[in-house]
Amino acid sequence: MSMTRPNTRIVLLAFALTTIGSTSAMAASTETDFKAAYAAAEAANNEAGRLRNQWTVTAEALADAKKAAEKGDFDHAMASARDAEALAKASIFQATSEKEAWKNLEIR
Amino acid sequence: MKAPLAIHLASAALALAATAFAAMPSAVAADTPDPVADAKAFRNYFVTKFPNVPLDDFANGPYSLNEDMRRQWEEKEQFPPYEFSLEMGKEMFAKPFKNGKSYGDCFPNQGIGIRQNYPYFDPGEGKVITLELALNRCRGANGEPPLSYVEDEMAALTAYMAFTSRGKPFDIKIPDDPRALEAYQNGKRYFYTRRGQLNFSCATCHVQNPGERMRAEILAPALGILNAMPIYRSEWGGMGTISRRMITCNSQIRGVPLEPQADEYRDLEYYLSYVSNGLPIAGPGARP
Repeated sequence: MSMTRPNTRIVLLAFALTTIGSTSAMAASTETDFKAAYAAAEAANNEAGRLRNQWTVTAEALADAKKAAEKGDFDHAMASARDAEALAKASIFQATSEKEAWKNLEIR
Repeated sequence: MKAPLAIHLASAALALAATAFAAMPSAVAADTPDPVADAKAFRNYFVTKFPNVPLDDFANGPYSLNEDMRRQWEEKEQFPPYEFSLEMGKEMFAKPFKNGKSYGDCFPNQGIGIRQNYPYFDPGEGKVITLELALNRCRGANGEPPLSYVEDEMAALTAYMAFTSRGKPFDIKIPDDPRALEAYQNGKRYFYTRRGQLNFSCATCHVQNPGERMRAEILAPALGILNAMPIYRSEWGGMGTISRRMITCNSQIRGVPLEPQADEYRDLEYYLSYVSNGLPIAGPGARP
């Protein structure tokens, strides 16, 4: 038992350090990733704006990402930023394809 | 809506659209705009789709397509919900600005009975001028601040001007000017272009599905759709301008609306009014 106690302490300490270490490493890494993901989403949404075809849900996802990042929840922030980018790209695709496709709906 | 679900919806809508296009005839309309032919085809489409609706009745929107709604509307018209707004508009219209002039001084015939001529193409500016825009420009020219395009005062003013024009047929002109034709064509393109996460165009509701239900609403036909503007909407609990209607439509399909009186909206109003030429002004109107 006397051998077990120090070992247990060491294990617990090691676990604690590993956890703290990995958490802080993950936070730093995720924050960087988040910033890149957010910038990409914002750029895509700006392009949709240039095409006069932004979607409300993209703005909502961007806002959600920012809010989560402010709270330090970078996993959530990252996921929302990626969603925002996907939505913005879909709106760009729509605007681009509709440049000709609208004619298919025309009454003639 | 949660974003992943939103993305799935977006993907599904776009895939559906792609499938729909694949099934459509490959022939597309000629790129050279022909407003006269467009208006004729537009009218024929609705008259053929709804053979029992008298042409002028399309100005009454969903009431022309649904008997029950029509009966309720006729009863409501005995004490119309837009009456207060109409009175307010009349007073505003007559009240002089600080410089002693009034709205009437900015318009032909002192602004009475002219709604059917708006919007018009201004060759000097090379752009479409809507009635709402003209009213704010009148204010600006007389040292008054602009009114919001989506709030009660603008709706009241346009309600009064529409009321003095009731029964007069829309008479929108496209002058012999390539810029006017371009504005018309831009309006047409906007009308048929799918947008928003729901992948709807104006035509999705008002050409492909008039008379059908969208949740609790019966969709109005595009023919005559602006004739009853501005409208009192029970859903809004108040009056709404054309600007408000267009902005709301964009939001409902999860598209970010453009700024009020953006060129696109002005051109859209030009197109929709032109293809309804000959149908009577019926504003202000009331809708559920």
